[in-house]
Amino acid sequence: MVPVPFRIAKVIREIPGVYTWHLKSLDGKPFVYRPGQFNMVYQFGVGEIPVSISGDCREPDTLVHTIRAVGPVTNAMQQLRAGAVVGIRGPFGRPWPIDEVVGSDLIFVTSTIGLAPLRGLIHEVLHRREDFGKVVVCYGTRGIDDIMYEADLHKWRARFDMHVHLTVHSAPSGYRGRVGGVVAAIRAAQVDWPSAQAFVCRSETLTRQAVDTLAGLGVTKDRVWVTLERNMQCAIGLCGHCQIGPTFVCKDGPVYRYDQIEPLYSVREF
Amino acid sequence: MSYHPSMIGLDGLAALIEALSVDGFRVLGPTVRDDAIVYDDIAGVDDLPAGWTDEQDGGRYRLKRRDDSALFGYAVGPHAWKRFLHPPLLRLWRAEPDSAGMKLTAAPEPEERFAFLGVRSCELHAIAIQDKVFLQGPYVDPHYKARREGAFLVAVNCGTAGGTCFCASMNTGPRATAGFDLTLTEFTGEFLVEPGSDAGAALLARLPQRAATEADIERARAVSERTAASMGRHMQADGVHDLLLDNLEHKRWDDVAARCLSCGNCTQVCPTCFCTAVSDVNDLSGATERTRRWDSCFSVDFSYIHGGSVRPSPRSRYRQWMTHKLASWVDQFGTSGCVGCGRCITWCPVGIDITEEVRAIRGG
Ligand SMILES: Cc1cc2nc3c(=O)[nH]c(=O)nc-3n(C[C@H](O)[C@H](O)[C@H](O)COP(=O)(O)OP(=O)(O)OC[C@H]3O[C@@H](n4cnc5c(N)ncnc54)[C@H](O)[C@@H]3O)c2cc1C
Ligand code: SF4
Ligand code: SF4
Ligand code: FES
Repeated sequence: MVPVPFRIAKVIREIPGVYTWHLKSLDGKPFVYRPGQFNMVYQFGVGEIPVSISGDCREPDTLVHTIRAVGPVTNAMQQLRAGAVVGIRGPFGRPWPIDEVVGSDLIFVTSTIGLAPLRGLIHEVLHRREDFGKVVVCYGTRGIDDIMYEADLHKWRARFDMHVHLTVHSAPSGYRGRVGGVVAAIRAAQVDWPSAQAFVCRSETLTRQAVDTLAGLGVTKDRVWVTLERNMQCAIGLCGHCQIGPTFVCKDGPVYRYDQIEPLYSVREF
Repeated sequence: MSYHPSMIGLDGLAALIEALSVDGFRVLGPTVRDDAIVYDDIAGVDDLPAGWTDEQDGGRYRLKRRDDSALFGYAVGPHAWKRFLHPPLLRLWRAEPDSAGMKLTAAPEPEERFAFLGVRSCELHAIAIQDKVFLQGPYVDPHYKARREGAFLVAVNCGTAGGTCFCASMNTGPRATAGFDLTLTEFTGEFLVEPGSDAGAALLARLPQRAATEADIERARAVSERTAASMGRHMQADGVHDLLLDNLEHKRWDDVAARCLSCGNCTQVCPTCFCTAVSDVNDLSGATERTRRWDSCFSVDFSYIHGGSVRPSPRSRYRQWMTHKLASWVDQFGTSGCVGCGRCITWCPVGIDITEEVRAIRGG
């Protein structure tokens, strides 16, 4: 599968080291996908990496990716300006199971860049707001300087039909927001725990911690949805890199129902 | 079309190779090179390893003379047919800068059609397994498909089991039962030929031959039975899926990790291992070419994600390999990933034996 060229229409510097691209396909074709899916993003002569799609799927003319600079490819991409062309292959993977959670209260648990893969889902939930019960976003960052998507967060906080629990690990004196871990923010959420559905997007260790907290509150593991990250080269189930036991993260994931992959989490180096 | 077995002589075999090449196939088969029997282009019967056999054991492979001039009197060597259907190195596409930004061109599909001569039963099973991986998932590998679809397969029923073979215990041999166009059973200077497809039957009709008798067919069955009885290794395969997955923390993994060199030989010689990695090469004209090459789950980089590898220890990588072959493969593709060809045992520099590792884990 050959990448399709897309032009960067706009670059947004979210927080230090994290940037969002708005991309337009050169042939003008809309890019149809579902929240939770990802693309393989290719920079000419540098390399190709998996990146979640972070936009609003009701606006298929603009493809949105948010990327954190951590290594050779993502650093090189950070140098690109509006007008540059990158290659896109996708969309790949199983999306968030939005239709399976209709009627329930929804709680989103994430930290810093983990909001990127959830953002499209939150947009879609808000488009279909009447399909769901309460909507709560628990979002934690290290400090006040690494809060992503501030414009969205402001809009979401202003709505009467959703709650945003933003929490920072440490803040300068005088900060009036919530300070502390995501766990406390989860506990503060007021949803119907015995029926709520949770979406968790964090590192594997922190995911476990969030799942345990949720379980303590009554969210059974079959109502927790998570994503996994693995090395990916083909994204179409053929190169073998993303395997964990029985599953290929690129085609069976990256979204999983927690109870179905819990055994994989608990084996070290599996 | 009904399929009738026939007997052909060496002239018939020569005519078979000739007919395939007249029909436009690139004929590939076993031949001796660098002290091993490898798969390469075959122009005629003379290229086949007449009078050779092999001696195989853990970490050991030697060619030896036979006391007859059998053409297929050995087991499988280091090559598998996957090197043609799923090449070790493959160009995928080329990107060139242009006025619009960049232009991407997919590498063309190959036009050549392969005829494989001397495919063993375990290898037919391995090809069927790779068919599942590359052709029957949500995504199809167009490169594999193009090579596989036009291929003509001439199988050989093994007359000699290798020292590391265990197809009999994996139910993958030694007699070829499906997936071939023609199958040969070798007697001295003569072959029983059985068609397995219309294309095979049509080709057979063009060869000098005589009708096979009941006695010929009986003789061929006896060859396969003898071979089945002389397997160098045995795998106790029943329940191995649960056995391995229930023992992911077994102490044997530490034991094997202490011996394993993480060289990846086993994955390179294995006829079913399919993993690949891509790399981009920039040339002086400013273009970039993406290639795909065989990769191995034994390398640390294989599972690298930002912050470190998922499987940094040799223990976890050996465990990945063996549990994938014998257990996860079943969950992924509905079949074992091991056909009992024994290559991983023979070509392991320290002679690690997958059948022995299973036995040890079963043992306690
Ligand atoms: C399904 C999925 C969705 C992702 N979504 C996002 C996103 O929305 N935003 C974002 O910033 N990052 C995302 N990532 C992580 C991103 O792919 C890695 O940060 C990136 O590959 C690092 O590449 P690098 O060359 O800059 O860094 P290095 O760490 O030096 O990586 C070298 C190479 O290793 C591989 N690799 C390294 N880290 C990862 C990783 N975490 N996952 C897969 N392969 C990796 C890549 O092939 C990479 O080129 C996602 C990963 C996956 C699997
Ligand atoms: S695992 Fe070993 S014996 Fe089994 S098919 Fe692969 S190379 Fe052959
Ligand atoms: S055993 Fe390793 S190299 Fe072979 S297919 Fe499985 S993961 Fe890939
Ligand atoms: S990324 Fe290649 S198999 Fe999943």
